[in-house]
Amino acid sequence: MYSFFIRRVLATIPVLGMVAIFVFFMLRMTPGDPAAVLAGDNGTPQQIEEIRESLGLNEPIPIQLGIYLADILRGDLGQSYFFKRDVTELIGLRVEPTLALASTTLILTILVAVPLGVIAAFRRGTWLDRGVMGFSVLGFSIPIFVLGYILMYVFAMELKMFPVQGYKSIFEGFGPFIHRLVLPSIALSVIYIALIARITRASVLEVLGEDYIRTAYAKGLPRRVVLMKHALRNAAIPIVTVIGIGVALLIGGVVVTESVFNIPGLGRLTVDAVLGRDYPTIQALILVFSFTYVFINLMVDLTYTLLDPRIRY
Amino acid sequence: MSAENSEEPVLQVRGLSVELPKGTDRTYAVEEISYEVRPREIVCLVGESGSGKSVSAFSVMGLLPEGQLTAVAGEVLLQGENILEASEERLRALRCTRMSMIFQEPMTALNPVMTCGDQIDEVLDYHTDMGQAERRAKILDIMEQVRLPDPEKMIDAYPHQLSGGQRQRIMIAMALVLDPVLLIADEPTTALDVTTQAQILKLIKELQTDHGTGVLFITHDFGVVAEIADRVAVMQWGRIVEFGTREDVLSRPREAYTQMLISSVPSMTPRKRGGVTDAKPVLRTRDLNMVYGSSGFLRRDRKVHAAKDVSIEVRRGETLGVVGESGSGKSTVARCIARLIDPTSGEIFIDDDDIARLGVGKLRSHRRRTQIIFQDPYRSLNPRRRIGDSIIEGPTNYGTSVAEAFERARELMALVNLDPNSLDRYPHQFSGGQRQRICIARALAMEPELLIADEAVSALDVSVQAQVLELLDDIREKLDLAMLFITHDLRVAAQVCDRLAVMSKGEVVEYGPAGEIFNNPQHEYTRELFAAAPGRDWEFGKFVA
Amino acid sequence: MSQIQETHGDVSSLVDAAAEADASSRKLSIWERLLQDKSVVIGGSIMAFMVLLSIMAPLLGTMDPSEIDPTYRNKTPGFEKVWTDEDDKEQSWAFRMGTDTLGRDTYSRVIYGTQVSLIVGITVAALSISLGLVIGMFAGYIRWLDGLVMRVMDGLMAIPGILLAIALVSLSSAGLDTVILAITIPEVPRVVRLVRSIVLSIREEPYVEAAISTGTRLHLILYRHVLPNTVAPLIVQGTYIVASAILVEAILSFLGAGIPPEIPTWGNIMAEGRVLFRIFPHNILFPGIFLAITVLAVNMLGDGLRDTLDPRLEKRT
Repeated sequence: MYSFFIRRVLATIPVLGMVAIFVFFMLRMTPGDPAAVLAGDNGTPQQIEEIRESLGLNEPIPIQLGIYLADILRGDLGQSYFFKRDVTELIGLRVEPTLALASTTLILTILVAVPLGVIAAFRRGTWLDRGVMGFSVLGFSIPIFVLGYILMYVFAMELKMFPVQGYKSIFEGFGPFIHRLVLPSIALSVIYIALIARITRASVLEVLGEDYIRTAYAKGLPRRVVLMKHALRNAAIPIVTVIGIGVALLIGGVVVTESVFNIPGLGRLTVDAVLGRDYPTIQALILVFSFTYVFINLMVDLTYTLLDPRIRY
Repeated sequence: MSAENSEEPVLQVRGLSVELPKGTDRTYAVEEISYEVRPREIVCLVGESGSGKSVSAFSVMGLLPEGQLTAVAGEVLLQGENILEASEERLRALRCTRMSMIFQEPMTALNPVMTCGDQIDEVLDYHTDMGQAERRAKILDIMEQVRLPDPEKMIDAYPHQLSGGQRQRIMIAMALVLDPVLLIADEPTTALDVTTQAQILKLIKELQTDHGTGVLFITHDFGVVAEIADRVAVMQWGRIVEFGTREDVLSRPREAYTQMLISSVPSMTPRKRGGVTDAKPVLRTRDLNMVYGSSGFLRRDRKVHAAKDVSIEVRRGETLGVVGESGSGKSTVARCIARLIDPTSGEIFIDDDDIARLGVGKLRSHRRRTQIIFQDPYRSLNPRRRIGDSIIEGPTNYGTSVAEAFERARELMALVNLDPNSLDRYPHQFSGGQRQRICIARALAMEPELLIADEAVSALDVSVQAQVLELLDDIREKLDLAMLFITHDLRVAAQVCDRLAVMSKGEVVEYGPAGEIFNNPQHEYTRELFAAAPGRDWEFGKFVA
Repeated sequence: MSQIQETHGDVSSLVDAAAEADASSRKLSIWERLLQDKSVVIGGSIMAFMVLLSIMAPLLGTMDPSEIDPTYRNKTPGFEKVWTDEDDKEQSWAFRMGTDTLGRDTYSRVIYGTQVSLIVGITVAALSISLGLVIGMFAGYIRWLDGLVMRVMDGLMAIPGILLAIALVSLSSAGLDTVILAITIPEVPRVVRLVRSIVLSIREEPYVEAAISTGTRLHLILYRHVLPNTVAPLIVQGTYIVASAILVEAILSFLGAGIPPEIPTWGNIMAEGRVLFRIFPHNILFPGIFLAITVLAVNMLGDGLRDTLDPRLEKRT
């Protein structure tokens, strides 16, 4: 058990290393002179040279890679061209809104999606099931930004129930904080809810076909007990797994949602950095987002041991 | 014993018909079947796959899948109460209190995330008013009764920590804890090894006598029937063709179908054969070892010695049987010899060539000399290819022209008693037994010297099994092949093997002429294995007029 | 009788066994089964309609989608432009979906935008399926390669897809080919995993072992026995990739990190409409509806294909 924890934690190291190396080579493998690309169409030769110098592009590749990895390990993610400050510091300033948005979305998703999926599975083939499945296909298909604008139009502009855009820190009071997060969280959670509801339904249905469910019925247990006690816990692992994997969707969605609702978080920072061709910042953000993603999935794997006594690796 | 048993039956099934979904090849899963189970008796429902025996058991429990199978006529009376008309609530109340059921797969029938104790406790908690301490005492008591070792510990164990036999004991404990009048056992020992099977059968018999339970026992195995049945109902295509006492049905069957079925059961007495030849060995293995498993960083070594110093030989024209329970390493040996896996050490001589270590390239020229037939006829043929293409694949690999290979395939089809004109059909158009014949034809197309049959008849119904066995034996004789026959079934082994290797835990514990081993087993394990074979004292097919 | 919906292993397999015997005579062809599936029919029809729309764009009462007309900026849907031509005849043009801040006809841009979306969706699916198929086959069959390839794929999968695409586009000069490539790369590992898992399970099948022991060479085993098993799952997966690629392309364009703004794509039209969204929501609404309907249609098609071609796929991914 203990060794499982350690091995699972160690197993993330090659993945993280791989991510870091990708990010490194992504810049170096682009066709043409990366420095020229970064300088943009109007870059002067002097600017290009400066960029080359600051990125250490004049060094041989292995040395560049070594420096780059050592910097990451020290927590030094470089200097932003666009914002003219330490990227680490910049990320620190922008992290709160993103964390807030992601957390509310995650909570909303789990609270809505799991019951929806369970109900759909229990009432398989009924209009309720078809409704949930229909919503799920729809949820996968509506682009977050279209949904965001529709929500904004209806609930903020027409009904005036919520502020149109913006963000207030939780330190300025919980009321205004949560008030501004309602619409973005809904917009962001729809695709995630679609995913989790679907997988919940599928897992529960699969479990309901298992032999031990038949045993439970043969014991004379009522349907409700069979479902809640026997089916749900066995269906939990795939559900939790997909909640973890779905965080990738969430991260992609954060970038869009923050742009639509004008939330000054890491997603907005990403877009600004891309538009400003601020490569050190883009690089750092990819690392931060990917590392977070890997970390969350590590946590998910570790919860397996709580859910299933068979897992002892 | 049933003759003196004139009590009111606990279960009476009268004229029961269960309808299959529309569009199936027959209308009823079971049709107008009637039988009864009296207290303290075991009634065996026996039949081949698709005969409807399981459906009739599930209808009694009210567990037929809704929308797929519906009881449309007849009645099922549990102590006089018609189950078919009972409300869902009433059915629930009856389950586990008056009627209980145990299933075929003990591995999957228990909830993997609940402790065994909790799963038994659920029955008590739901059906009785007992307090917690009282329930615990009762659970420990029933666990004692089903002879689980160390109940105090077992009560907190999860199913995966138990062996298959132990799990089936938990199921039995769960079923009998509230003393039902009827126990339905649906092939409860089919998934178990023969020695475990013997223990479970004995346990069911004992508990049933002690508690006075009536048992409806579903099985396909006439050995089991001979071992435990008081009365027997034989089913075919959804109908009961014969119902009577064990002695009547097994020794004096009235119906031709029953006679055919029982005659198909291979005898435990080894067949007199040509005798062991001294022809040149086609296959010799010397100290063959196969070790599976990985050791890794921070990981416990999990090495499994699947085959340990196995040295066997098969001569031209003779059949060597390798028998053993699951996990004995018999299939591992077969797969090493066919070089589907690479042995860890040792030598494998085909004639005089050691193929144990040959690389892919060199091995290829030796491949055609050894051919293998697998257990599962449904997965042994590529479902997307015409069977003709499957048969000629081998010869064309070695340069035979397609036309020539097809000509040969037609001859082989005739040899395995199939229509040579059906080469352009797909596997799904054939039954399991026919597919196994096609696989034999495919193997023979290579003109092998050694034919390996890896549990090749185990998945087949007993009547089909008898035909395929006969075919294999025929072919061996006609083509003067060496045959390596892997099986867990001692009856089958007794009929086709000249020599026998008994394997246990990766080792060959006894090796010699089949007749000698059957008549006078030397090794303790062999004796245990033979003693466990159900119905071993029953001579099937010797009918009394 | 019991009201249990869920099937029970033994009994249902018994029903199967009984049903199987004459399966051959009743077996519907794949096409018949597809046409019986509602999702396939609805999704397929909408897709066919969209393809038609994109091919016939010039014939559908459109004007040049990039023609800028400063006098007709920010007009609401239905606004009529009236002018007199050289022959002193009065001409009129209705902006069915209004115009954008540069005075371009939104209707024309939306119709032409269909082309880009479909091209991106289909090309990305074709590319990622072919790449993933090749890599996955090798990884599944060559043991030493497997570890290495899967480590690389794990690394790629650890970077959230949209983020990776944004980064890739931002590095190169924006253009259709760059965008396609940037969307393809994050999709490849998923295909590789799918193909590899199929290869790993098929190579355990007795019929593959039988082929090995009859001396069939590796490339023939892959071609005859393994490859056909990947077709159905890959068609289904490919359909889903079309949907997600169309969405990601729109997101990239919307964020300004995609196809150059002068090319009419749904994402670009919406990006254009962002600024004045509060007053003129039509520039987001119309392309948004087209985008949502198209993606919905592709997803429905995917679900239907999965149900008919490969019912086990949901478990596998």
